[in-house]
Amino acid sequence: MLAFILKRLAQSVLVMLVVALISFTMFRYVGDPVASLVSQEASIADQEQLRERLGLNDPIVEQFFRFVGNALQGQFGISYRLQQPVSELILSRLPATIELAFASATIALTLGIILGVFTALKPQSPVSGGVMAFSLVGVSLPTFLIGIALIYIFAVELQWLPSFGRGDVVDLGWWNTGLLSESGLRSIILPAITLSLFQMTLIMRLVRAEMLEVLRADYIKFARARGLTDRAVNFGHALKNTLVPVITITGLQLGSVIAFAIITETVFQWPGVGSLFINSVAVVDVPVMAAYLMFIALVFVVINLIVDILYYLVDPRLRVGGARGGH
Amino acid sequence: MSTPVLSVEGMTVQFPTRRGILTAVDDVSFSIKAGEVLGVVGESGAGKSMTGSAIIGLIEPPGRISSGQVFLHGERIDTLPAEKMRRVRGRKIGMIFQDPLTSLNPLYTVAEQLVETIRTHLPLSAADARKRAIGLLDDVGIPDASRRIDDYPHQFSGGMRQRVVIALALCADPDLVIADEPTTALDVSVQAQIIDVMKKLCAEKGAAIMLITHDMGVIAEIADRVAVMYAGRLAEIGPVRKVISDAAHPYTKGLMGSIPSLLSDAERLTQIPGSMPRLTAIPQGCPFNPRCSYAFDRCYIERPDPLPHDERRVACWLYDKEEALS
Repeated sequence: MLAFILKRLAQSVLVMLVVALISFTMFRYVGDPVASLVSQEASIADQEQLRERLGLNDPIVEQFFRFVGNALQGQFGISYRLQQPVSELILSRLPATIELAFASATIALTLGIILGVFTALKPQSPVSGGVMAFSLVGVSLPTFLIGIALIYIFAVELQWLPSFGRGDVVDLGWWNTGLLSESGLRSIILPAITLSLFQMTLIMRLVRAEMLEVLRADYIKFARARGLTDRAVNFGHALKNTLVPVITITGLQLGSVIAFAIITETVFQWPGVGSLFINSVAVVDVPVMAAYLMFIALVFVVINLIVDILYYLVDPRLRVGGARGGH
Repeated sequence: MSTPVLSVEGMTVQFPTRRGILTAVDDVSFSIKAGEVLGVVGESGAGKSMTGSAIIGLIEPPGRISSGQVFLHGERIDTLPAEKMRRVRGRKIGMIFQDPLTSLNPLYTVAEQLVETIRTHLPLSAADARKRAIGLLDDVGIPDASRRIDDYPHQFSGGMRQRVVIALALCADPDLVIADEPTTALDVSVQAQIIDVMKKLCAEKGAAIMLITHDMGVIAEIADRVAVMYAGRLAEIGPVRKVISDAAHPYTKGLMGSIPSLLSDAERLTQIPGSMPRLTAIPQGCPFNPRCSYAFDRCYIERPDPLPHDERRVACWLYDKEEALS
């Protein structure tokens, strides 16, 4: 187990180094950092001096390792646009994005698994047909359209829920949360649903397909032949066997939820990392973009690591190496 | 005479499909007495496994028993509501499947699967169920059962897994065990052991066995009676020594002739020409007529029912003619 985790960690470090290289290349070569920093009146000599002072004339390898070293200490430079340290900017926006991501992941997982199991167990039911048709909508409609439609219905026409922002935020010192105030909770509903819809339908279809597959397996037939109750067979034996692929996809999807919250955050003016990124792209705020890239890569790597460890917990075949029985 | 453990009367299993109704099992009748071993043989697709699934009430929809009756100890079970039938499965009828590698849930230990099954049927505490489970594993010949019980299925070899499967099928002392090709997926060297374990345990517990197989050797070894199925119908059913040494039905004769033997001098094995008809294209009259070298006019028109002949029942007009002449 420990060896496995260490191996995975080493691989993760490698992945992060590659991402750092891409991020560094972007940071260093997308436009001239010096040109972005100095005023238009600065002389060539001044620019050269700044270039020398910032170490931009050092060998590339040395610059890259300096970049990695700074990144390890959480230093990604100063945002051109906001004149604040990038890491501070991202950290201050992070709670909003993470709360949104987890709210929508919870919705997606709960509804996705319940509906997936239901449609697999009762494939003939008209309700299953309806759910499957609806899931096509979820998979194929673009997020911004769903967001705008939800805003139109629930914020404009019915006026039940706010259409933008995060509501009142409670500051806990190291974290600011919108989940403790009523307006915050009301504010998160629409964006969370918008963001979850695609994942939910994806998880639902996945659970359904896996479940249908597992229900045909011999051990399910044997479990029924032993007279176990439907509940024990469906939920104890079948559902647990569908979980391995579901964990994989859910893990990766949680990464995408955080990474691609950009659109939802933009539609709902959600003050998260995604909208920070999109605003930075608009003004070529390279340090923020480079840091965001690193951040998203880190999220994916960490989630993958967790997913791998979860496999171990769910599937005993990975836990104990090889068969040791004989005839 | 006491009531047989299992009695099947005129059972027909049909699958409605888009291209019409397929009849997988057609008007099959037989019975099994307590402690008796009935072998069921036939080619793939002859309806052997379907007969087993139908008895235990596990035909996949839309398939269903469209006519006929199934009795267990004289009590009709094919019409039982789902919940009552569930209590019969595992408790009164145990079933063993072909592939031990896929019959066990990979995510639970052997102990978990045994205890769950035992407690579903018997009012035992978790600790008592575990004791019973260890005893069962001992009985089926798993060494060091009290330690191995907490292993996962993948930690056992194929033969050992089939022993676990047998323990699971027998864990509530069923009166009837339906074994669907229990040795087909195993090494030849292990097959005999598994058959021994099964036969010994069922004899000890007084359970009847319905052994579905295409291995004539296994049948010869442990079955008391044998039923030969062809295209969903019974071709011949009778005592093993009669059917094997003196087959009556032309299909059974062909089947016996195609078994290699060290004792015979034959250069080539006899084989039955052609193949079994598909369920969508069963010929009129006797389903075996296209492949039968004895077929005559009546075989193409009328369908033969299994009729008594020489200690057995045979579905063949040859013997009806004989009796008509004598």
